[in-house]
Amino acid sequence: MSEAKPLHEGLFNWPDPAAGLIGSRCLDCGEHAFPSQSSCRACSSQNTVLADLGSAGTLWTWTIQSFMPKAPYDTDETPETFTPYGVGYIELACGLKVESRLRENTPEQLNIGMPMKMELITVRQNEDGDELLTFQFCAAKESH
Amino acid sequence: MDVAIVGVGLHPFGRTASMSGLEQGAAAVRAALADAGTDFKAMQFAFGGSQDGGNADSLVNLLGLTGLQFTNVANGCATGGSSLNAAYSAIKSEQYDVGLVVGFDKHARGAFNPQPKDWGLEDWYGETGLMLTTQYFGMKIQRYMHDHGISRDTLIRVAEKAYRNGSLTPTAWRRTALSWEEIDNAPMVSEPLNKYMFCSPAEGGCALVVCRSDIAHRFHPRPIYLKTAVVRSRNYGSFEVFSPSQPPEVADSPTVTASTAAFELAGVGPSDIDVAQLQDTEVGAEIMHMAENGFCAHGDQERWLAEGATDINGKLPVNTDGGCLANGEPVGASGLRQVHEICVQLRGEAGERQVAGEPQVGYTHVYGAPGISGVNILTR
Repeated sequence: MSEAKPLHEGLFNWPDPAAGLIGSRCLDCGEHAFPSQSSCRACSSQNTVLADLGSAGTLWTWTIQSFMPKAPYDTDETPETFTPYGVGYIELACGLKVESRLRENTPEQLNIGMPMKMELITVRQNEDGDELLTFQFCAAKESH
Repeated sequence: MDVAIVGVGLHPFGRTASMSGLEQGAAAVRAALADAGTDFKAMQFAFGGSQDGGNADSLVNLLGLTGLQFTNVANGCATGGSSLNAAYSAIKSEQYDVGLVVGFDKHARGAFNPQPKDWGLEDWYGETGLMLTTQYFGMKIQRYMHDHGISRDTLIRVAEKAYRNGSLTPTAWRRTALSWEEIDNAPMVSEPLNKYMFCSPAEGGCALVVCRSDIAHRFHPRPIYLKTAVVRSRNYGSFEVFSPSQPPEVADSPTVTASTAAFELAGVGPSDIDVAQLQDTEVGAEIMHMAENGFCAHGDQERWLAEGATDINGKLPVNTDGGCLANGEPVGASGLRQVHEICVQLRGEAGERQVAGEPQVGYTHVYGAPGISGVNILTR
């Protein structure tokens, strides 16, 4: 039976995505990383632990991917069905900025500093018909 | 021992369907040797690199199997800078008297498609559509415009200048000046950067003959002296391409650290520079690199571009040959093209695009993924 599951384990909490992204925190210097790292890129320590990073933040910068990327991009889209998507960095409560696809895909919808929240989207179906999921962010408030 | 550049050679950038990347590299080497009035047999060492054009040391099959020390360099966009840095050390240390630096490339059309595993990343990053350098460039200048009050007009002005300078450069790829309207209305690639604001992967080759300064006049009547060649990688917190996350505090980029070190080692400051080549993979990069290299304060680019300060007749001419925007980017050769252009300018051989007033001190800067920068300072 087909199911929905993460494209890549360990990026976000599953099956309870409300808990948000999973990163790591260095017990020696306190710096966070996403995805989780076994060694700290700030201080070289290997004393790191997994850390919930939450599912909310603000938009630090953004752009829009207006054409369908070449491989390694791998979705079920074709150049005809491709929909532009936003890309941005979301500044999380811990201060870490995480790069993410954005649901919003026009300049009018995107402003630096706007509140954002995490959601899950289907990247593609695998051969068993499973929906492979990844995270993206979208405006925390619906635009009017 | 000081280091001199006594021969420069370029195989024109763009597309040469009839020649492999390696052949374009060999053509550049032959041009540089001829410029120095010497031959390949006289070369004691070579440092060279190419991203997609094959192993640089295969050039010996075309140039002669002389037994020289030939070292391949692979350092992304800083390949040329790293090769020159290595050659600088070889001469400076008096290990060798004369040698060669060469870069060439031949890329497929369209944007690069890097693979996540080559950059220490996992497949999801590429599969979900985040593995594009164009996105990073868009996001970096987007934030920079927000923080420092840079307008879209300034982006257009940089592109206008690049194609105008390209039109004056016989070896450039894009040799047609573009109007404000043409640039303004080009198809959007990655907000806020459109098609004419990005450079394209290309083909080409570039080579330099370097030697001890005390024998330089044997090769060329107007040697150019390489005062310093510095390469630096990123520090923690620098905002770089292919970064799934960024630390809270934004640190200085490797451009800043390379530039600061280069000025210190050369004993000159930004105000001493008469002509500069700054990495312009897209217009935002040139704008940000003006400040990151110490030539102006953040935000002052708005006024500098409006006043034409970086035009060929401005107070600091930048990318006088049209830069990456007009020449395209054969990765292995691109950084050496910058040095080539500075040598041509300091010799006074730049023809229609010659900077007036006999420029004495030149500057080159490359920047590339995943956060590496190379700076050279050259004098007459």
